Amino acid sequence: MPLQLLIEAVIAGVLLGCFYAAVSVGLSVAFGLLDVPHIAHPAFLVLGAYGAYLLGTYGIDPLLAGALLTPVFFLGGLGVYRFYHAVFERRSDAGLRGLAFFFGVAFIVEVALIVAFGVDQRMVEAAYIGKSLAIGELRLPIRMLVAFGVALLLTGTLALYLSHTFTGRAIKAVAQDQTALALMGADPVRVKQWAFGIATGTCALAGALLIIVQPVEPGLGRLYIGRTFCVAVLAGLGSMPGTLAAGLILGIAESIVLTSLGASWAPAVAFGLLLLVLAIRPAGLFGR
Amino acid sequence: MRDWLIFGIGAAALLAGAVVVTQTIENEYFFFASYVVLQFVVLATAWNILGGYAGYVNFGSAAFFAIGAYIAVALFKAFQAPLLAQLLAAMAVTGLMGFAVGALTMRLRGVFFSIATVAIAVICETLVVNWGFVGGARGTAILQPSAPPLFGSYTRMLFVAMALFAVLSVAIARYIETSWIGRGLRALRDSEEAAESLGVPTLKLKLFAATASGALMGLAGAPFALYMSFIEPTSAFSLNYAVSALAMPIVGGTGSWIGPVIGALLLGSVQQIVTVTVSSELNVLIVGLLLVAFVVAAPQGILGLLQRLFRSRGAK
Amino acid sequence: MTAALLDVQSVSKRFGGFAALTEVSLAVRPGERLGIIGPNGSGKTTLINCICGALRGHRGTIVFEGHDITGLAPYQRTRLGIARSFQIPRPFSSMSLVDNVAVPLEYVAHRYLAHRGPVAAADIRAEALAILDQMGLQGGADAPAATLTQVGLRKLELARAMAARPRLLILDEVMAGLSSAEVDEVLTLLFTLSGRGVTIVMIEHIMRAIMRFSERVVCLDAGRVMAEGPPAAIAADPMVRRIYLGA
Repeated sequence: MPLQLLIEAVIAGVLLGCFYAAVSVGLSVAFGLLDVPHIAHPAFLVLGAYGAYLLGTYGIDPLLAGALLTPVFFLGGLGVYRFYHAVFERRSDAGLRGLAFFFGVAFIVEVALIVAFGVDQRMVEAAYIGKSLAIGELRLPIRMLVAFGVALLLTGTLALYLSHTFTGRAIKAVAQDQTALALMGADPVRVKQWAFGIATGTCALAGALLIIVQPVEPGLGRLYIGRTFCVAVLAGLGSMPGTLAAGLILGIAESIVLTSLGASWAPAVAFGLLLLVLAIRPAGLFGR
Repeated sequence: MRDWLIFGIGAAALLAGAVVVTQTIENEYFFFASYVVLQFVVLATAWNILGGYAGYVNFGSAAFFAIGAYIAVALFKAFQAPLLAQLLAAMAVTGLMGFAVGALTMRLRGVFFSIATVAIAVICETLVVNWGFVGGARGTAILQPSAPPLFGSYTRMLFVAMALFAVLSVAIARYIETSWIGRGLRALRDSEEAAESLGVPTLKLKLFAATASGALMGLAGAPFALYMSFIEPTSAFSLNYAVSALAMPIVGGTGSWIGPVIGALLLGSVQQIVTVTVSSELNVLIVGLLLVAFVVAAPQGILGLLQRLFRSRGAK
Repeated sequence: MTAALLDVQSVSKRFGGFAALTEVSLAVRPGERLGIIGPNGSGKTTLINCICGALRGHRGTIVFEGHDITGLAPYQRTRLGIARSFQIPRPFSSMSLVDNVAVPLEYVAHRYLAHRGPVAAADIRAEALAILDQMGLQGGADAPAATLTQVGLRKLELARAMAARPRLLILDEVMAGLSSAEVDEVLTLLFTLSGRGVTIVMIEHIMRAIMRFSERVVCLDAGRVMAEGPPAAIAADPMVRRIYLGA
């Protein structure tokens, strides 16, 4: 591949990679820190995307829509975790049933979206979608730059929250030692519930980014299972800087494959990378 | 021993009935619908060997099903291979797939196996879509061989064959369940650490279950192309197979071989009725809703509900 | 000098930056009754996990009956004759008590020690019931293990470990939560086992049990062996008192 093409692929991959990090950061929290087998995370992403689409029909900018929907998703996340904990986490066979539950939830979300919006692709409109920035011979789609910026903001804010606030540190602590946390006066269940709420809340804004970056249709969630879990696992479960690094790696890999082999092979990259990580270093880059 | 005798008699009666039916019933749709239901019996039973007995959830059943179909198609197109050869090859490949996914992930937590099965499903579909020999994304048509003697059509012969596969897979599941293998699987499902410390070779047993499950799913899929006279990726890899393979054992009851049979018969029939009377999207939605409802409210499935009912009756 | 049944040679295990065990060496003689004590976090369970194979990737070697078993999986070590109970009981909850005990019978005792062929299900059931009877668990033998009380679960742990017919039995706080009478019950059982030649290593916090039962006591602290000797000497050792009660 000519160098020019490679450089373009890498740069596109960097932009894409940060976006992947943003959509995976919620999973890094839910699965990485809380050990919840949250297969439905990508479905919530798609739900967020459709939320942005719906508000977009009233003329609301997608990013604004994402911000507005964040508290709604946060509350939803609280509810989902509460239910999950009450029904599954307390019993010994949590694994099989918990997984089946989230699979069923993802499935129901997909079908509900089909019923509500149909199977056609939906897009959203904004001033920054459709235009490109020219730097030398490079053309960078502005919407990718916007996604890149927002993604960095989202990941960075979450990383700071986890390391500098009491609740954030409690969340990291609950991942490591629930008993110690309880002895320090924090209720592990409420901390986990709060964390899951945050993880779901990110799906609102990340979902908005999703529909900015590409058109969405209800089945998109299944494709993103590969991407989000690839990033979350490669990151080293629960690590925020790891999520960013892993996102970049996936983005660049996918971009290069897209340029050299074409679009029909691109979906397999995330899953292939995931299998590779599981085979070689399941703890991920920054794993504990 | 006596239990197996009863089982054998029942199975023989079922197969005899299947043959009789091919000679007497005129309505082709009956065979179509029954074939699909029998196919789900095999698929659900296969899923349960790994999911119910060992506790490892396979989300990629569609891949095993479809690869079974596509391997059979490839052999048929390339060598005009007889049905038996197609079946054996399909089972070998899908059994190997199950083994490979297990070998990769079973030293890790169970959720990683499940995610790997999603990965396998997407990767297989991508590979098949790019495989020109079997028609790629547009699929390919298959010409059914001429009907063997005794049966009016090749389709009817496949119907009896699928009934045979259903009996076979249930027999295998029953054997595994009631043998020392089944007890070992149940032990490692309940507490892998304890099982390992009590002499159970957990990794070997898990790999065995994964291989057996994969092979039987391939068996369910192998005759698919010949039955439909056509195959293309979207329907072969349909999400419905993945959800049904999961929902049928859970609804029926994962603890025993009877559960998947009940679930397949029930949900399979419901699906056929709904698809014909309303729509196929609604059909898939119903399966998903039932799955969630049972997982939450009746985790032991219909079998569990029946057992509780009889136990409370007995107490009175 | 009889060769050691179990020879733990210089075992060290780290978890990230935390050193759980440092250069722990221990030799257990055949037929011995060894007690291991130490405050919480001193590495007792980690040591057991290394000996039984639940933890690998540690430095040092584990030698059992002259064979280096450091690389073996746990189930292989059990088949060689090492059995353990868990600190927090791990029953097979969905299976009956009989089936719980039948698992080690089928996978160890009958497959690898005695017969080399299928054993009648009735025989296995009879043997399982006998073992449960010894532990006082014969009532409700067909009920699922999930219905047991805490005390019953501990007894089941012991029953299962015994069913594996071990030459070395390692007990991780098997008597936690038992009443005084139950402690004596279990001790009697363990003395009987010891009389039959089973080597027993007991980790306990209940000093009465350790003092009565052990021929030799090892005291661990912060991942190292701090003191070793007859129970009376250990009880009198000022360092041991300091470890347990603080300076």
